[in-house]
Amino acid sequence: MFAALGDGTRLRLVTRLSDGGPLSIARLSDGTGVTRQAITKHLKALADAGVVRGKRRGRERIWELQTRRLEMASRYLNEVSGQWDAAIGRLRAFLED
Amino acid sequence: MPATDSQTSTDRIEKRVTLHVPRSRVWRALTTAGEFGAWFGVKLEGAFAEGAAVRGRLTFKGYEHVMLEVLVDRIQPERLFSYRWHPYAIDPRMDYSAEPTTLVEFHLDEAAGGTQLTIIESGFDRLPASRRAEAFRMNEAGWNGQAKKLEQYVIAG
Repeated sequence: MFAALGDGTRLRLVTRLSDGGPLSIARLSDGTGVTRQAITKHLKALADAGVVRGKRRGRERIWELQTRRLEMASRYLNEVSGQWDAAIGRLRAFLED
Repeated sequence: MPATDSQTSTDRIEKRVTLHVPRSRVWRALTTAGEFGAWFGVKLEGAFAEGAAVRGRLTFKGYEHVMLEVLVDRIQPERLFSYRWHPYAIDPRMDYSAEPTTLVEFHLDEAAGGTQLTIIESGFDRLPASRRAEAFRMNEAGWNGQAKKLEQYVIAG
């Protein structure tokens, strides 16, 4: 999932969806200078990684963020990070006291 | 207590801290299995050597059933100690062995009045999403609270 976000265009898509989603591919490619085909490709990569989800609405497909999964991923890293902080605190106490 | 510098990307966590003891002292606390276990909270069996797999049970109250395994990667005296492990592998019903590991590196450098320790854990991008969800549940179960209690105990003792 994280690897899917390691690309400028994809990050911009995620930002746009988080600011104003759900959005169609037409709206997502507006003013980006990136072709719709390319946007579609990026959205597919993000969908495979569980970051976004496409839904059919009438004749077009609209895309939205899978907020819960993203939140889970960032909370996980925060959690591991917090454990290192605690471990460093114990190491400091062990060495300096 | 001086703040710990913290840097987090999607794939790695980086911590930098200055410890007010000589490099050789930090090195011993990191690379002697017994000393590592004392501050980390695990009773390791065996010695750290490049390529060695060292296992032991956690000593956190309520987590004594959890077996931790450390696969030692590199030992460069007083400079670098690194190992691989399964982060947050604390559910005894799960078999984590087939999952990707993360790499933990401890880098030591001279610092004014002591030793600069940089801890980098990387490889989170490759972990399956289900692991992160699980870790979140485990956190709810209070692992962090236990760690904090232990920290206080160690400081008070």
